[in-house]
Amino acid sequence: QQIQEDLNKQLLDNLVSFLSRSHSEFQEKTTEWTCRMKFREIPTAALVLGVNVTDHDLTFRGVSDVLQDNITPYTALLEAKDCPGIKNLMQKLMGQLMNCDIEADSLEDEDYVHVSQNRIRCSMSSLISWYKSVTKKTDSETPSKKRNSSSRHWQSPPVVVIFKDMESFTTKVLQDFIVISSQHIHELPLVLIFGIATSPMIIHRLLPHSVSSLLCIELFQSLSCKEHLSTIIDKLLLTSRFPFKLGEKVLQVLINIFLYHDFSVQNFIKGFQLSIVEHFYSQPLSVLCCQLEDVKKRVNSLSHDQCENIRRLPSFRRYVEMQESGKQIALLTNDTFLKEETQKLLEDLHVYHENYVSILRCLHVFTSSLPKYPLGKQIRELHCACLENRVWETEEYESSLQLARMLNKTDLVTMLQQCMEILVSSSGKGFDKTIEKLKEFLTQFQNLEAEASQERDVSISSQKELQKKTDLYHLQKTLLELKESRRSKKLTKFEMLRFEVVDYIDSLVRKYLVPADTRTLHEIVYFNAAAVLRGHLNAAPRTALHTALNNPHWYLKNQALKCDGGGISNKAPDICIVYKLHLECGRLINLVDWLEAFSTVVMAAEEPNADAASSDQVDDVIHARFIRAVSELELLGFIKPSKQKTDHVARLTWGGC
Amino acid sequence: MPNLEHPAYPAADLLSLESLVPCRESQVSMLLSIFGERQQFSFPSIFIYGHTSSGKTYVMKTLLTTLQLPHVFVNCVEHFTSRLLLEEILTQLQSCSDTEQASPVHCDTFNDFVRLFKQAVVSRELQDQTLYIVLDRAEQLREMEANILPAFLRLQELTDRNVTVVLLSEIVWELFRPNVGCFEPFTMYFPDYSIGHLQKILSQNHPPEYSADFYAAYINILLGVFYMVCRDLKELQHLAALNFSKYCEPVVRGEANERDTRKLWKNIEPHLKKAMQTVYLREISSSQWERLQHDGGEPGQLKGLSAHTHVELPYYSKFLLIAAYLASYNPVRTDKRFFLKHHGKIRKTNFLKKHEKTSNHLLGPKPFPLDRLLAILYSIVDNRVAPTANIFSQITSLVTLQLLSVVGQNDQLDGPRYKCTVSLDFIRAIAR
Repeated sequence: QQIQEDLNKQLLDNLVSFLSRSHSEFQEKTTEWTCRMKFREIPTAALVLGVNVTDHDLTFRGVSDVLQDNITPYTALLEAKDCPGIKNLMQKLMGQLMNCDIEADSLEDEDYVHVSQNRIRCSMSSLISWYKSVTKKTDSETPSKKRNSSSRHWQSPPVVVIFKDMESFTTKVLQDFIVISSQHIHELPLVLIFGIATSPMIIHRLLPHSVSSLLCIELFQSLSCKEHLSTIIDKLLLTSRFPFKLGEKVLQVLINIFLYHDFSVQNFIKGFQLSIVEHFYSQPLSVLCCQLEDVKKRVNSLSHDQCENIRRLPSFRRYVEMQESGKQIALLTNDTFLKEETQKLLEDLHVYHENYVSILRCLHVFTSSLPKYPLGKQIRELHCACLENRVWETEEYESSLQLARMLNKTDLVTMLQQCMEILVSSSGKGFDKTIEKLKEFLTQFQNLEAEASQERDVSISSQKELQKKTDLYHLQKTLLELKESRRSKKLTKFEMLRFEVVDYIDSLVRKYLVPADTRTLHEIVYFNAAAVLRGHLNAAPRTALHTALNNPHWYLKNQALKCDGGGISNKAPDICIVYKLHLECGRLINLVDWLEAFSTVVMAAEEPNADAASSDQVDDVIHARFIRAVSELELLGFIKPSKQKTDHVARLTWGGC
Repeated sequence: MPNLEHPAYPAADLLSLESLVPCRESQVSMLLSIFGERQQFSFPSIFIYGHTSSGKTYVMKTLLTTLQLPHVFVNCVEHFTSRLLLEEILTQLQSCSDTEQASPVHCDTFNDFVRLFKQAVVSRELQDQTLYIVLDRAEQLREMEANILPAFLRLQELTDRNVTVVLLSEIVWELFRPNVGCFEPFTMYFPDYSIGHLQKILSQNHPPEYSADFYAAYINILLGVFYMVCRDLKELQHLAALNFSKYCEPVVRGEANERDTRKLWKNIEPHLKKAMQTVYLREISSSQWERLQHDGGEPGQLKGLSAHTHVELPYYSKFLLIAAYLASYNPVRTDKRFFLKHHGKIRKTNFLKKHEKTSNHLLGPKPFPLDRLLAILYSIVDNRVAPTANIFSQITSLVTLQLLSVVGQNDQLDGPRYKCTVSLDFIRAIAR
């Protein structure tokens, strides 16, 4: 559907804008230090990107695009797999550089011919002559060209070479390239960018000192992928802009894959997109999952079947049951009434989301500063907890409230102010009262401060009195009094207020952070089929193979194959029988024994009452079938011929998986 | 000038040469006597070797340019194939004095080269002069086709022209000598510069604003700090240029005059020490260092390259790496003891185990099969791990990150074997 395509586009836009933002500072720096080239050093940027290799592609594309737009038309992206030798590297480099030149001024055909002729001879000197000719041209004639005009303030734009995956390059190639280019740095302003996935120490490991001393390395650390993820979640899930929401389990699956497996934001987004597709595909009512403005139109165009679908939703049924009888009948029979009601409910849901997000943020402000983080440090953990069930019933929530009651005043005030900001900036309508209430709290706190200072004066004066009196009895008495008064005073003023604030927050949470699956019609916008998603994203080839061989019924959908427990059915495909038999063996399998077992299993069904004489000699057909099955297993990588014993094969797998 | 006297060349040229190549007078005079006069045939090939930055390239270049001898200067690293090398020599030869446009030359074999070379020499009327071909970084020649090196050594003979090939290299001739008989070049050694030489050379190019003495004093201090760790002339020049502005600071501010060496020394010494720790190792780049000097800030805020050693890895990747490390450094027979819940009794002598461990670390990682890695992984991760495709792809991505490496045959079905290539410290950092 179009909505989904729109969403995808928005996702990617978001990501790209995010990336470009994170690299903008880097760009500024590039311009700065390319200007000052000294000695024989090649200015080099080392980009430490983290291990999420799958994301790098996009990052580098973004970087080179930005570079091309802002700084220089000459950029080349080199990958390790293209450059096994220095020759290939140079060829690739020349090709890319000259191509982007052709893009820049595609009119000059003769130049193209020249280039193609030159491509045969790929050396640095030809590169330099090319560069000279190009820069001369751009200097003399092209004030009008867009791309070059941006970089006109230097007469010679630098040539940027990006090494995508520094780790995989062979040492020799890199060394040679650096040595060569350092020889020509005066003629050819070259800038290198290394993409590093692990740690910058790799530079020292790859390059000897004599080579690395030719580089002028500056380090740039990109954002850690976890932060990246939280911004993405922040932008995609915790807004009311996108009607589509992820259910708790699905989100958990996606986050787990991210944290446990690959750290790849790209994959996270892919998973998100997949769940969108899955949702729109499997849920017939997902038509209604759209922006609020379109809801009315779509609800009105619902057919009778779709209305029935709505009636069948469990959450809607629950809703109906709570209504009075007259309304129940109307809901169940009258389509138009149902449509009106649905529209209202969807609007409710939308408002709920708006409120939910802002209150969630408020709660996060509170919980994220508590010691030990009972509700999680990141907002995504809090989000998951809130989606899962009623958050106020959990132990963690209790303990966090306990802790919140012990906060000191300055923290509390800053938190309240933060909450105020969040609520003011949010678009929800029902927050006016809340804001007022919070304001009230704040003023109370300020009053308290004033009072406290007065109090302090009082207590100091009383202490002075105390010093005057030397009577033991009086001293004791006043001390007791003082203590009591202090305790009571604190309870009455600050602590009372603190309790009040926490209770108020608690009430807000109870009011707004109701888990989504208690809301009516939540099925329309929430996607909850975690198992499906996990199956799609977290493929388990070994397990699948095992199931297929052990339990062919699973895939072949043949009732006859449904086997009973541990027995080996003879109707199963040969390879399944062989596989099951091989599971019972040890590390080395005797082929003859195996064949015998195979033939008994097969014969057991075909001729249960065959005479003993014929079973003595194994049938040729069965022999052939056996050999074929065994070679199939070998192809699948379960066994291999062993050298220790000629008539044995070695098992390559162990255990059941 | 006792050293540089030669009847063939004008005295003025020799004098300027002398000033340009300090501390290399004996080598230069040696070369000159070998070269002889312009029209005389010289030794067919000369092999010059010496440590990094002992001035081989520089001396050759200045010698040939100041005396205006016809020459070709080629770097063998840059022209990494024989074809590129030969073509480069020919193009340089053509464009050497001719103003006309050098047409692209095509030269695939040495035979062609000899023919074209003869033509070029004839066309440029160089028969009566010795032509010098200088091959810098000649050790690269060994990796080209087998005939290149011997042919260059005998170029005079082959072309029957007055040509001398000069090979510059950092390694000794004995490592070059091909097993087939070849022409022995005249070998010549450039010794390292001594500290006095370094001092002299570095002080020579002092900035014009300051007096030579002042700069010499600075160089003296600089050498005092750095000579212990670095004798590379280039590197020292670089360091001198970087730190000089800092040295001048008190003078510029008027706190000290140029003679006040003691004060200046006090000022610069800690600074240089810091520089030794950072710039010399290229922990931070020189431009960053300069910015730091301008700001006068602490270098602590600028973290060096090695400060970012921490690597963020996904949860399972960490465990995979740890498992790989265990598999690499523990012998197979201890697996049962370490990773099974109901293992046999632990050996009594602790000493033996310790001995084993150190020796394992000295021996380096051992290869292990994939299945063992997975088995260890399952036993060290608390909850159940499904052997999903993600886990397998993580192993491959660890290989591309060079944290693991594949060992042995590339038969996919045969159970690939891996090796763990990271150090104990790294594993410790991860395991935390």
